Amino acid sequence: MPDLGPVWLTAHLAGVTTLVLLLLGTPLAWWLARTRARAKAVVEAVTALPLVLPPTVLGFYLLILLSPAAPLGGWWVAVTGETLTFSFTGLVVASVIYSLPFAVQPLQSAFESVGRGPVEAAASLGASPLDAFFSVVVPLAGRGFLTAAVLTFAHTLGEFGVVLMVGGNIPGETRVVSIAIYEHVETLRYAEAHVLAGGMLVVSFLVLLLVYGVNRRNPLHVG
Amino acid sequence: MQRIRRSGARATRRAPGLLAVLGLGAALAWPGGAAAEVALVAVAANFAEVMERLEADFEAESPHGITVTTGSTGKLYAQIVNGAPFDVLLAADQARPELLEQQGIAVRGTRFTYASGRLSLWSADPGAFAGDGAAWLRRGGFRRLAIANPDLAPYGLAARQVLEALGVYDALAGRLVLGENVGQAHAMAATGNAEAALVARAYVASPRNDQPGSRWDVPADLHAPIRQDAVLLMRAEDNSAARDLLAFLRREEVRRVIAGYGYGSD
Repeated sequence: MPDLGPVWLTAHLAGVTTLVLLLLGTPLAWWLARTRARAKAVVEAVTALPLVLPPTVLGFYLLILLSPAAPLGGWWVAVTGETLTFSFTGLVVASVIYSLPFAVQPLQSAFESVGRGPVEAAASLGASPLDAFFSVVVPLAGRGFLTAAVLTFAHTLGEFGVVLMVGGNIPGETRVVSIAIYEHVETLRYAEAHVLAGGMLVVSFLVLLLVYGVNRRNPLHVG
Repeated sequence: MQRIRRSGARATRRAPGLLAVLGLGAALAWPGGAAAEVALVAVAANFAEVMERLEADFEAESPHGITVTTGSTGKLYAQIVNGAPFDVLLAADQARPELLEQQGIAVRGTRFTYASGRLSLWSADPGAFAGDGAAWLRRGGFRRLAIANPDLAPYGLAARQVLEALGVYDALAGRLVLGENVGQAHAMAATGNAEAALVARAYVASPRNDQPGSRWDVPADLHAPIRQDAVLLMRAEDNSAARDLLAFLRREEVRRVIAGYGYGSD
């Protein structure tokens, strides 16, 4: 039986990343769904970049940006006393970037399918924009929120290349399941690798089954 | 055309698909020489840079060609056990080539020590430690020290032995960051993410490592010798490119080149 520490760590990382991305992704997706600005295409392209970039590109740049020698990494060390690379916080930063499109794209589709009508109706009844958003849009886009949350969570579970480059394989801090599997395979501990890999397979399947099951009646384009 | 057909046919007989492509590619890559055979060589990460130089030297004098793949010894070993089409393994230890011999995957009697590894402590900060890395490690005034993963890489194991010999391993255990191989551990320090790395001297002495930095050459008696063995793999029993390469690595002038990259002679 393998050490289950990486399992809890991975779930923790995926949970925190999902929460952060719902908070950051919602306003961004809302803006993308409603704007007519020319910058929209640029922002959409930037948001989708993690879908096509190799994790090594992201890992390399993060290694440079988050380094204590760099302005951002140095500022973080000055404020918190901790480094961003080789830390759980650093992995959250990496995962938020890495999973960004998996949160923003389903939310944007959901907001677009809600359309302007319900919001304008709410406004004409005297609702403030914020009130209209939370009382009208969020319930109508509920499925989009669920899809975004589940896909972000699942995609973060599957992170490997970025973590390999900026994680440093520290137990309880950055040794996530994918890294633990890699190490088990390299050290020929196949029994442990099987338990973790099989677990990942089952969990990932169930998560996707949830998304497709929920979206069965009213398909929502994602990805 | 004769050359391409020979190389391609031989590779196809030994391993369809990948090697055929590699063999064909290799033959096309050396239009001038007669690349009669091609050996696919798995090389431990610490030796990668030396191997680039030796590859050029070998191909300049031999009719044969080699193609090099690098990685941690643990990974290469796992790949070979699972059927990777390598002809020669240049490991970073003696244990894995010996295991391959016992399992009948390597040819008995072809194993020998081609290099003896040395460690250096290196920091990108020129003022970190002036020659006396041992005192710097004992003081512990740093956040992160990068080493290769001791479970995967022999240099990682040796780095841990050094820290144990200095009596600082327990105190520093929480500050170690582990690279998948010694090259990644070095990169962690070169990018400033770890204050220092305890890695193969070959990396620190490399002309490519052009940052001034601080360097402390670890005395060889602080860790078990890192004898790096080469072995011929069974699939290449009749591959003259592979056999020639092993003979080449035993030659006195080649051993001097290897020593020039920071390897010991024992």
